[in-house]
Amino acid sequence: MSEIVSEGRGLSLVPRAEGKQTLKDFKSDQEVRWCPGCGDYAILAAVQGFLPELGLKRENIVFVSGIGCSSRFPYYLNTYGFHSIHGRAPAIATGLAASRPDLSVWVVTGDGDALSIGGNHLIHALRRNVNLNILLFNNRIYGLTKGQYSPTSEVGKITKSTPMGSLDRPFNPISLAIGAEATFVARTLDSDRKHLQGVLREAVAHQGTSLVEIYQNCNIFNDNAFEPLKDPGIRDDITVKLEHGKPIVFGANGEKAVRLTRTGGVEVVPTDSVPAEEILVHDTHATDPSLAFALSRLDEPAFEHVPIGIFRHIQRSSYDELMSDQLDNAIAKNGRGTLHDLLNSGDTWRIN
Amino acid sequence: MTKQVQQLDRVIIRFAGDSGDGMQLTGDRFTAETAEFGNDLSTLPNFPAEIRAPAGTLPGVSSFQLHFADHDILTPGDAPNVLVAMNPAALKANLADVPRGADIIANTDEFTKRNLTKVGYSGNPLEDGSLGEWRVHAVPLTTMTVKALEGFDISKKDAERAKNMFALGLLSWLYHRPTEATLKFLEAKFAKKPDIAKANIAAFNAGWNFGETTESFSVSYEIKPARLAPGTYRNISGNMALAYGLIAAAELAELPLFLGSYPITPASDILHELSKHKRFGIRTFQAEDEIAGVGAALGAAFGGALGVTTTSGPGVALKAETVGLAVTTELPLIVVDVQRAGPSTGMPTKTEQTDLLMAMYGRNGESPVPVVAPMSPSDCFHAAIEAARIAVKYRTPVMLLSDGYLANGSEPWRLPEVAELPDLRVAFATEANGEDGTFLPFKRDVETLARPWAVPGTKGLEHRIGGIEKADGTGNISYDPNNHDLMVRLRQAKIDGIAQDIPPLEVDDEGGDARVLVLGWGSTYGPIAAAVRRVRKAGGKVAQAHLRHLNPLPANTGEVLRSYDKVLLPEINLGQLALLLRARFLVDVISYNRVRGLPFKAEELAGVIQDVISSE
Ligand code: SF4
Repeated sequence: MSEIVSEGRGLSLVPRAEGKQTLKDFKSDQEVRWCPGCGDYAILAAVQGFLPELGLKRENIVFVSGIGCSSRFPYYLNTYGFHSIHGRAPAIATGLAASRPDLSVWVVTGDGDALSIGGNHLIHALRRNVNLNILLFNNRIYGLTKGQYSPTSEVGKITKSTPMGSLDRPFNPISLAIGAEATFVARTLDSDRKHLQGVLREAVAHQGTSLVEIYQNCNIFNDNAFEPLKDPGIRDDITVKLEHGKPIVFGANGEKAVRLTRTGGVEVVPTDSVPAEEILVHDTHATDPSLAFALSRLDEPAFEHVPIGIFRHIQRSSYDELMSDQLDNAIAKNGRGTLHDLLNSGDTWRIN
Repeated sequence: MTKQVQQLDRVIIRFAGDSGDGMQLTGDRFTAETAEFGNDLSTLPNFPAEIRAPAGTLPGVSSFQLHFADHDILTPGDAPNVLVAMNPAALKANLADVPRGADIIANTDEFTKRNLTKVGYSGNPLEDGSLGEWRVHAVPLTTMTVKALEGFDISKKDAERAKNMFALGLLSWLYHRPTEATLKFLEAKFAKKPDIAKANIAAFNAGWNFGETTESFSVSYEIKPARLAPGTYRNISGNMALAYGLIAAAELAELPLFLGSYPITPASDILHELSKHKRFGIRTFQAEDEIAGVGAALGAAFGGALGVTTTSGPGVALKAETVGLAVTTELPLIVVDVQRAGPSTGMPTKTEQTDLLMAMYGRNGESPVPVVAPMSPSDCFHAAIEAARIAVKYRTPVMLLSDGYLANGSEPWRLPEVAELPDLRVAFATEANGEDGTFLPFKRDVETLARPWAVPGTKGLEHRIGGIEKADGTGNISYDPNNHDLMVRLRQAKIDGIAQDIPPLEVDDEGGDARVLVLGWGSTYGPIAAAVRRVRKAGGKVAQAHLRHLNPLPANTGEVLRSYDKVLLPEINLGQLALLLRARFLVDVISYNRVRGLPFKAEELAGVIQDVISSE
C-alpha cells in the first residue's frame, strides 16, 4: 500500500465503536432486490465486509443515494440511510456532511445518476471537497429504466432509445473528476474485492471528497461490459494497476510500461525498449493534475489498457472543515451572538 | 429671510433618478432621519432589474417612495406630494403618479436637449408651461453641488456624484429632519476615502443651506412625531426581518440554522444577511443551483438542523421535487419564496402574489404543504418564526410566501422582547418506539401525527428513509395499495390538523353591522387596511379580515366568509386564493385583481370597496 499524505480532521471527529464489529452488524433486515448476478451484490458484500474494519459507530455512518439500481444500496445497510432524488444525492449529502462533522457520509450513485441528471452536483461536490465518499457504480447503461444508453455508454450503443446506435460521446468519469478539481479519484472493479476494499480504505481516510468509480456489471442490460478486465486470458495484458511511488509497468510478465510523450501525454511501450528511468513513476500526490489526467486517457481506445487504482490523492482542506472554522473564528472573535443584541443592533430609538 | 413653517400630518416623497444616481441610498438616509425623528413611515423602493440600465433612459429610472406621518400609517402612500426628479427620464416616468398641485423638484442641469430627446420630450417641460399645474422648483443641483465642492481635492465626476446628497440636504431642510446620523453615516461609509466623505457632507450641508436661503422654497414643513406604542424601535425591511426571524427561530428551537440558497432577486438579501451572522453558528451554503440549495437544506434537516432555503418563484419551480421528498420523508424544511412578477423571468424586481397555487400544489402526487404569508415588512420576522414552528413540530416543509414589496419595503418595528417569543423546542427521538425494541420511523405522535425526528448519531435508531412509498410505521418500502391510500391520507390529515393549532381568523368589524367583508392575504394588508379606513371615514360599513395561514386555513374561515353578504378579495394575481375559497366553501367571492408588478393603492381599493357596498 502506498503511503498516505498527512490528513486534516478526516474521520477524527466521528466517534469510534466500542466493541468489535462484524459484517453482520451492517446487514439490514431488508431483502436485497437486485437481479440475480448483478455486480451490485459483490460491491455490497465488499462494503459490508469493509465497514467493520473502520471501527466507527454504526449510527454515525450515513449512506445517501439518488435514483437507479445502485441507489437502493442504503436500504441494505444497517446504518442511517437516505434514498433521495435522481441526481441530487451529492447536494443532500453536502448539507448533511457540512453540518455534521461527526458523521461519515457516503454517496452511492450510478453513471446516469451522477453524470447525467446529477452532473452539476457531482462536479461542484468535487471542487468543494466536502467530506464525502462517493461510490460511482458505472455499468454504462440505464438499468432501472430498462436499458437505455447512459452518459458512459460507448458511441454507437444500440439500445431501446438508440435503435440505430447512440451518437454522443461518453464521459470518462475519471477525467471528468480530475477536471472538476477533485482531490481523490480512483477506479476499481466490482469483482475484485481486495482491490475494491483497498481503494475504499484510502478513500475513507481522505479528507474531503473521494470519488471511487466502480466498474459494475449489469448482467441484464449490458452484460460483460467489463469482461476484458475479468477474462484471465487477457486481463493482465490490459489492466494497468496504479500504485503510488512505483513505476507503471504491467502485463503478465511486466512487459509493458508507461512513459511520457513529448506532447505531455502518456503512452504504452514495451518495457525492454526504454531505459528504466524513462518509465513513469506514479505519484498520486502530485499537485499538478496533468499526469493523473493523462493516465485517465490511457483507456482510449476503450479496453486497450485500463488503469485501475488511485489516480489522484492530494491534500486540501475540506469545505465542511473550513466552514466550521469560520463559525468558530467568528465566535472566538466576537462571542456567541445573542438574540436580544441582534434585534437591538443598528439605529434604534425609544418611544416612551 | 424668515420662512414660514407649515404643519402637516403626513407627506409622501418620491426620489427618482437614474439607476446610477444613488436614489436608493438617498431614500434610505431620508428614511433613517425620519425614523429617528419619530414619525411613522412606510417605504417603497422601485428599481430596474438591470444593475446599470442605459443612463438617462426610462427603463433606467430608479425611485424610492417614502410616506411618513404624525399618526400610524399602513402603506407607502398612493400619490407623492413631492417628486424629486434628477433627470427628464425620472420626471417622465413618474409624472403620471404625481397629483396636480404637488411639488416637483427638478435638477435642471440634466434637462439638456440631448437628455430630453432621449426620452421623447420635444421641448423642455420645465420651461414650456406644460407643468403649470404643479409647483415646480427648478434647481441646478449638479452645478450647485460642483460649485460647493470647488475647494475639494476630488475629481469633477466625484463632485457631480455628490448631487444626491445635495438633494438630501435640501429635503432634510424642507421637512426639518435631524441630520447628525446622516453625517455620521457618510463618515463611516467613506471612512477609507476621507476626501469623498468630506465632500458628501459638504454637499449635504450646501443643500440644506440652499433651502434656507433660496426664494424657490418659501415654506418648510413640520410633521410631528407619531404617537406609537411605547418601546424600542428600528426601521426594518421585509428581507431583513425575515432573516432575523429565521435566526430567532433557530435560537428558539435550539437548533443550528442551515441555509442552502442560490442567488436570486429579490431574495438574495436574506442570504447576504444570514451570512453575516456566523456568531450564531449559522451555516450559509451558496449552492451551485436552486436544487442543490434545497437539497443541502434537507440533508442538514435530516442531520437535525433547521434547514432553510430562500428563493423566488423560478427557484421554487426548480425545488419542487425536493419539497416533495421532504413531504414524503416528513422532515422539517422552510422554503422561503419572495414572490416576484412572473411567469418565467417575468419582472424580477417587481412584486406579485402569483405563487400561491404553486406553493399549494406545485408538486407531483398528493403533497400538502403548510403555507404562511407575512402581511408587512416587520411581520416577516414573526411569520418566519411561525413557519419554523410548524415545520419542526409537524416535521414538514413549510412555504413562507413573502414578496418583492415586503422584501424591499420598510417600516418602523417595535422590537419584541425575546422572552415574549414562542418556545420552538422539539425533542429528537432517543429510543426505540416499537415493541421488541425496534425503531419505527413512521410511527406517529397521536396528537400531531408527526413522525419521530431521529437524527444520525442516535444509537439504535438506524433507519432508512427515501422517496419511495413507505409502509405505515416501519417505513419499509411498500407498494401495497391500501398502505399507499392510508399514507396519502395520513400526510394530508397531518397538515389539515394544523388548523387546530393556529389562531382563528379575526375580523375587524367596528360596528359589528357591516355586510361586506374585505379579505386579503400577504402583503396587501397595508393597502386594504388603509382603504378600509377611508371607506369608514366616509361613512361606509365594511369588515376586514386577513389570512396569515393559507394552508391549512384557520378553522373558522368558512364560518366567517358565510356570515357576510359579500366577500371582496383583492389579490395581485388573477384570483388564486379566490379559486381555493370558492372550491372549498362554495362562497361567491368577488375578486379584484391587478397584476402590474406594484402594490395596490389605498384610494383604488377604497373605490372598489365602496362599489361593492353600493351594489348591496
Ligand atoms: S438492471 Fe442491471 S444494474 Fe439493475 S439490478 Fe439488474 S443487473 Fe443490476
